Amino acid sequence: MLRIENLSAWYGEAQVLREVSLDVGAGEVVTLVGRNGAGKSTLLRCVMGLHAGQRGTVELDGRDVGKLPAHRRARLGLGWVPDDRGSYATLSVTENLTLPPTVGPDPWSLERVYEAFPALYERRESAATMLSGGEQQMLALARVLRMGARLLLCDEPTEGLSPLLVQQVGDLLREAKKHGVTVLLVEQNLHFATGVADRHYLLAEGRVVEAMENSEVRSRERELLSYLGI
Amino acid sequence: MTGFLQNTFNGLVSGAFYALLALGLAVIFGMLRVVNFAHGAFYMLGAFGAYVLLTEAGVPFWAALVIMPVGLGLLGMALERAFIHRLTRLDPLYNFLLTFGLTLILQDLVKLRYGVQSSPYATPSALSGTVDFGIFDFPAYRVFILGFALAVCVGVWWVLTRTRIGMVVRAATERPELTRAFGIDVGRWVTPVFGFGIGLAGLAGVLAAPMRAVNPLMGADLIIVVFAVVVIGGLGSIFGSVAAGFGIGLVQAWGEAYLSAFPIVSQTIVFIVMAVVLLWRPAGLFGREEAPA
Repeated sequence: MLRIENLSAWYGEAQVLREVSLDVGAGEVVTLVGRNGAGKSTLLRCVMGLHAGQRGTVELDGRDVGKLPAHRRARLGLGWVPDDRGSYATLSVTENLTLPPTVGPDPWSLERVYEAFPALYERRESAATMLSGGEQQMLALARVLRMGARLLLCDEPTEGLSPLLVQQVGDLLREAKKHGVTVLLVEQNLHFATGVADRHYLLAEGRVVEAMENSEVRSRERELLSYLGI
Repeated sequence: MTGFLQNTFNGLVSGAFYALLALGLAVIFGMLRVVNFAHGAFYMLGAFGAYVLLTEAGVPFWAALVIMPVGLGLLGMALERAFIHRLTRLDPLYNFLLTFGLTLILQDLVKLRYGVQSSPYATPSALSGTVDFGIFDFPAYRVFILGFALAVCVGVWWVLTRTRIGMVVRAATERPELTRAFGIDVGRWVTPVFGFGIGLAGLAGVLAAPMRAVNPLMGADLIIVVFAVVVIGGLGSIFGSVAAGFGIGLVQAWGEAYLSAFPIVSQTIVFIVMAVVLLWRPAGLFGREEAPA
């Protein structure tokens, strides 16, 4: 579904991605793991079309989208879940959910979102930034499901969440996967990653250094954790 | 008491002009991050256009009230496409200089043809009388201005808070990059929003024609106060610009009436208020600190 080939990216003079190649099949959940500064978030931004200094190929369903602006990519089915959760202070919770157009074949209805997230329903008229961090994370995920996005780009959705909420995020991603949604996930929490994902790419200094299956991550967990510095 | 009410009413009428102009500036700044220095020139063009339409073509006030805002809005859209749009990626100072230069050009073009003296514009006959409020009379035209400006402000507020267009404009104003990532072509909204803000300035100009002296510098005199209004309300805040517009109108009218013994204070009171507000709330009364990108 997503194919990245020889993708390099820069911030000014500094190169943050070096000829990264990877692919994500339809319906797969794939994580990007790596230390802070390894280029994981930049990779997601490149796929979304939000990073200006890049070279290489980004293909969606076999179509080169590298020259398309972000809004056109979103309309092809990309769902953006940014690391800061992307809540709008000047929009209510309902408006945050209904802002993006529906782009996929199977969008969640607003009723379904509110059924799944009673806390959001209760605060539907509030400014989204008044929600708790966990609620804002649920809002960010619910928003891309309501869009009907086919490929979710999630940047550390579990960061700063309580174990209970982490589990909820996991349930949600597994539920989405069951309905054929593809996910590319930046994640530091290896336990969470092996619980939801099929495969993993380890990034270091802007390169993909290893592609791993779940079993390999589990058996090497101690080594990986110390490498990641967690 | 009667005097106080009259001063208050006059203050609200001046405030109506400040509010309409500040509202346009706020909408433009929010969406484009451009401080439109030419806003006063478009206000002047609104008034002058109404004057020229009447004297050269016999077009009445009511028609001018539609023609000028729409025409200037379209001109604004053309200018945005032709010039402003090209500079938005650069330092904001470039658009500041561009719109300032535009102001000088527009003012001098009008001066070249009509000179600097003020031209009279008759109050439309339907509004030439006074309205009896029991304890005092008030010119019907001023009552109309106040009602009309309030209706426009409420209308804009309604569109911004209750419609999908308003929701998109709010989202694009707050976080343009994120909004693009949600499938919305933010760039497409920039030109109409700029035109709309210019249209509001033109509208204020037409409303001013029968009441204020129509001359090439009428906008330059007013816009300095309007910038103070925008800063007091909070740069980019829609509600703040309208509230501060009416508030400053009141403060000015009261200052002139009751502090006339201290001309230094009454003439600078707007800027005194601005300084105090900025010391107390650096982002303005209703402004938010810029969120990190």
